[in-house]
Amino acid sequence: MAPLDELKIGGMGASRRRVEDNRFIRGKGNYVDDIVLPAMLHMQILRSPVAHARIKSIDTSAAWEVPGVRLVLTGETMAARNLAWMPTLSYDTQAVLATDKVRFQGQEVAAVIADDPYIAQDACDKIVVEYEQLPAIVNPIQAQKSDAPLIRDDKENQASNKIFDWEIGDKAATDQAFANADVVSKLDLHYPRSHPSPLENCGSIADFDRATGKLTVYMTSQAPHIVRAAVAMVAELPEHMVRIVSPDLGGGFGNKVPIYPGYVVSILASILTERPVKWVESNSENLISTGFGRDVYLEGELALRKDGKILGMRMKTISDHGAFYADAQPTKFKIGLMHSTFACYDIPTAHLVSEGFYTNKAPGGVAYRCSFRVTEAMFFQERMVHAAANDLGMDQAEFRKVNLVGDDMFPYRTAFGFLTDSGQYQKCLDVGMAAIGYDTFKQEQEEARKRGKLLGIGISTMTEPLGAGNSREYDIIGIKMFDSAELRVHMTGKALLRTGAKSQGQGHETTWSQIVAHELGIPAEDIVVEEGDTDSAPFGMGTYASRSTPVAGAAVAMVSRKIRAKARKIAAHLLEVSEEDIEWELGRFYVRGNEERGVTIQDCALAAYSNIPDGLEPGLENTAYYDPPNLTWPFAAYLCKVEVDAESGVWDVLNFVAVDDCGVRINPMIVEGQVMGGLTEAYAMANMQYITFDEEGNCIGANYMDYLLPTAWETPGFELHEVVTPCPHHPIGAKGVGECATVAGPAAFVNAVMSAIEHTGVRNVDMPLMPNRVYEALQTGKDVSGMPPVLSD
Amino acid sequence: MSSLYDVIPPAPPKGVSTRRTTINVNGTSQTLDVEPRLLLADLLRQALQLTGTHKGCDTSNCGACTVLFDGRPAKSCTMLAVQADGHSVETVEGLANASELHPIQEGFKQEHGLQCGYCTPGMMMTAKALLERNPDPTEDEVRWALSGNLCRCTGYQNIVKSVLWAAKKMREQDQEA
Ligand code: FES
Ligand code: FES
Repeated sequence: MAPLDELKIGGMGASRRRVEDNRFIRGKGNYVDDIVLPAMLHMQILRSPVAHARIKSIDTSAAWEVPGVRLVLTGETMAARNLAWMPTLSYDTQAVLATDKVRFQGQEVAAVIADDPYIAQDACDKIVVEYEQLPAIVNPIQAQKSDAPLIRDDKENQASNKIFDWEIGDKAATDQAFANADVVSKLDLHYPRSHPSPLENCGSIADFDRATGKLTVYMTSQAPHIVRAAVAMVAELPEHMVRIVSPDLGGGFGNKVPIYPGYVVSILASILTERPVKWVESNSENLISTGFGRDVYLEGELALRKDGKILGMRMKTISDHGAFYADAQPTKFKIGLMHSTFACYDIPTAHLVSEGFYTNKAPGGVAYRCSFRVTEAMFFQERMVHAAANDLGMDQAEFRKVNLVGDDMFPYRTAFGFLTDSGQYQKCLDVGMAAIGYDTFKQEQEEARKRGKLLGIGISTMTEPLGAGNSREYDIIGIKMFDSAELRVHMTGKALLRTGAKSQGQGHETTWSQIVAHELGIPAEDIVVEEGDTDSAPFGMGTYASRSTPVAGAAVAMVSRKIRAKARKIAAHLLEVSEEDIEWELGRFYVRGNEERGVTIQDCALAAYSNIPDGLEPGLENTAYYDPPNLTWPFAAYLCKVEVDAESGVWDVLNFVAVDDCGVRINPMIVEGQVMGGLTEAYAMANMQYITFDEEGNCIGANYMDYLLPTAWETPGFELHEVVTPCPHHPIGAKGVGECATVAGPAAFVNAVMSAIEHTGVRNVDMPLMPNRVYEALQTGKDVSGMPPVLSD
Repeated sequence: MSSLYDVIPPAPPKGVSTRRTTINVNGTSQTLDVEPRLLLADLLRQALQLTGTHKGCDTSNCGACTVLFDGRPAKSCTMLAVQADGHSVETVEGLANASELHPIQEGFKQEHGLQCGYCTPGMMMTAKALLERNPDPTEDEVRWALSGNLCRCTGYQNIVKSVLWAAKKMREQDQEA
C-alpha cells in the first residue's frame, strides 16, 4: 500500500483552502446580529455625554410613554437587584449602569427595551438626565496630581487615582550596570491610545427561559467559557443553567475579551421581560466605550559599553487604564507581560517599574492583537535599541547582532526570568537584510539625499511570549490558563472536533482539522470543527494573546494521540497480533515485518462501534486538557524602507520585508494571512490610528471619520519570508503567530522614518507619524512627543 | 431558544405611517410597506432576512453594507429603503446560483481574501461592479476601487489578489463563451 500523502489529505503544511469561507463568501455567516429569535425585543443604551459628572436625577417617564417600549432600566433598577456594578477580569469593579457618577464619556447610564431598535432609540432620546459636571482627568500625569479629583470614590480604601505599583528585576545590579556604563542612552516615548475596532461591533442576545431556568446568551466573545463563569457569578445563576454561545465573530483583536455592561443589561432585560433581548451597539458606541488598547508612557534607559554590548536596562512605564481597570491580565502581572521586553537580547540585568492610573476615559488597556502589553514592550524595546545604536554611532544591524541571543544559548533565561527556548535570531535578520538590500542602503541613502530625497531604513527584531499558560504562572481571575480539545471519531471514520478556543477569523475550522489529519491520517475534509458553545465545547480560556495554536492546537494534537492509542488496541484485535507487533504510518496500522497486513484508522473506527475486543470500552472519542510547559517564543525580523517627502512630511513605504519564525506552520497560507493583517495594523498604528481626548474628556476618534483606519489604497504591500525553528515543547513544534506583526511592526516603520530624518538632530517622533508631525520634526530638528493636540475650530 | 412565542412579523408597529415600496432584490420583485425612516440595510437584513449585508459603522465609512443599486455599488446603510422604490438591488446572496459560485467568490476563497468574513460581502459587491466596468484592472485600480471598503483582518493584499484572480477567470470565461 502506498503511504498516504499528507498534503493531499490536508495535513500539516498544506495551504488548505478554508472551510469557513464556504459560508462567508455566500453571505451565510452567522454573526450575533444575524440571529433572530422568536418574540425577540431590542435594546439600546443611553450613554453619558460628559466624561466626569455626578448624576443628579434621571427621568425616564417620557421614555415609558413611547409606544412599543417594554422596559426602561437605570442604575437604580440594576442596584435593586445588586447588578449596578460587576467585577472585572482584573479584580476591579465596573459600573453596569451608572448610579452615583459617570466616569467617562460614553458610559452606560440607562437602557430601553422595545419592539424594534428604532423605537428603543427614540425612547432613549426621551430620557432626561441631569448632570453636575466635575473636572475631567484625561491622562495619567493629571491623575497623579495631589489635588486631582478622585475618580473612583465608589471604592473603599481608594485614596488616589493610582491603580497599582508594580516592579520586577534587580534594582541594585541594574544601578551598578549603569554606574559602569560607557554610555547611557535615554528615550522617553508614548504609545498612543488606539482601538482594536474589529469590523463587527459588540452585541448580545440574552434568552432567559423561565420554564427551565436556563439562560442562553449569544454574544460577541473571544472567551465564552470565562464569560459563563462570570455571568453565573454576577447574575447568581447556577453555572449549568448558563449557556454562552459565541457564533461567528467579525474580528476581535482583544476587543471582545472583556465583559461589557451591555451584555449584563441584556441579560437582566431578558429575565424581566421573559423574552429574548438583542443588543447590538453602533460603531460609535464601540469606539467610545469598549476596550481600548495601549496608552502607555515610557522612560527608558540602556547602559552601554563602547563596543555595543548592552550592560543593563531600566524602564519606567505609566499606563492609563481609564475609569475601570477592566482589561484581562494574568493575575500576577499588573502590566501584563511588559517584562518580556528585551527578551531577544542577552542582557545581564534589568529593572522595570510600572504604575497604572485611573482616568476619565473608557476602560482601556486590552491586549489589542497582543499578548498582554507585549506590543508596548517590544515597541519600546526596538525604539530604545534604535536610539542606542545611534548614540554609540553604530550600525543598526550590527548593534543588534552584538546583543541578540545566539542559537547556542538556548534555553536562555532573560533578565526578568522568562525562559526562551529556541530560535535563529541572527539568521532571520540576515534573511531580511539580504531581501531588502541592507548592505547597499547607506550608499543609496546618500545618493538620494543629494537629489533632495530622504530615504530611511528601519529594523525591528523581537521574540515575544505567546500562548499563556502555563497554569503555574498564568490565570485570569483565578482560572488557570490551559485549553482543551474533544474528538469524536464516528463509525465511518468521520470526526467531530471541539475546542475551548474561539476563532474570530483565524480559521480554526480549517487548521484544527489539519492537525488531526496529521496525527491520525483522517482527511481534513472528514473532520468538522465546532467552537464557541459552552454547552458543547470543553472548557477553555478562549482565543487571544496568540494562544490558540500554542495551547488549544496542542490539545488537538494530544487528543488525537489518545485516539490513536486506543485505535492501536483495536488494530491489534483486528489483525490478531499483540499491540507490540504493530507499527503506525499515517492513517494505518500494520504488522511489523508484514506491511501488507494492516488496517486503516477508518477500519478501527468502525470496529470501535461494531467489533470491540473484550475488555475495551466501545466508542472512539476522548478529551485532552493541555497545560503548556512554557510559552512559545516566535521571532520576527522586520525591515522597512521608506521615503520621506521633505516638503510635506508625507512618507511612503518603498519596501517592507517580514521574516517570521513561528516554528512549524500548520497552514502556511493562513500564517501569511495573519502576518499581512498584523502588518497592516502596525502600519496603521505608526501612521494614523490613534484616539485622543480634549481637556474635557471628549473622545476625539468616536467614529471612522475621526479615527482613521487604512484602506486598500494606503496600505503598502509586504514581502514575507520564513525561517522555521520548531518549538521544542509544543507537540507539533508550532509557535503562536497571530500578533507578531502587530507587535514587531510599528517600530520598523517608525525606525525607518527616523532613519530618514534623524540627520537633522531629531531623536524621536511619537506615533502617530502624521505628515505634519514629521514635517515639524524636520523643520525644527526637535522631537515631537505625546498625542497630537486637539485642534478646536 | 424559546418556542413559546410566535415570530414577530417584520412589519412596522401599529400607528406608524408606511409607504408601499417595490424593490427588485436579486432578481425578485418584492413589495413591502416600509416605514419611511427605515434604512435600506435594515430592510434587507430584518424584513428580507438577507443578513449577508453587514453593518460595521454608522458613518458610511466601512462599506460592509455595500450592495449594487441598479448595478452600482452603494452603501445600503446610507440610503432609506423607500429610496429604492422602483430600483434593483443586488446583494451577496445573489452572487452564486444554486450550483456555481461566482468567480469573485471563488477568487476570495482561492487567494485567502477573507478571514473573519465580515467585510467580505461588501468587498465582493464592490469588486463585481469594478470588474463589470473594467474587466482587466491593474493592482492600483483594484486598490482604488476598494478604497471605500474597510477590512481589519487581511491587510488587503490577498483581497486584491482575489479580485485579480476573478478578473482573469471572468475574462477566460468570456473568451470561451
Ligand atoms: S455600515 Fe454602511 S458604510 Fe459602514
Ligand atoms: S476579513 Fe475581517 S474585516 Fe475583512
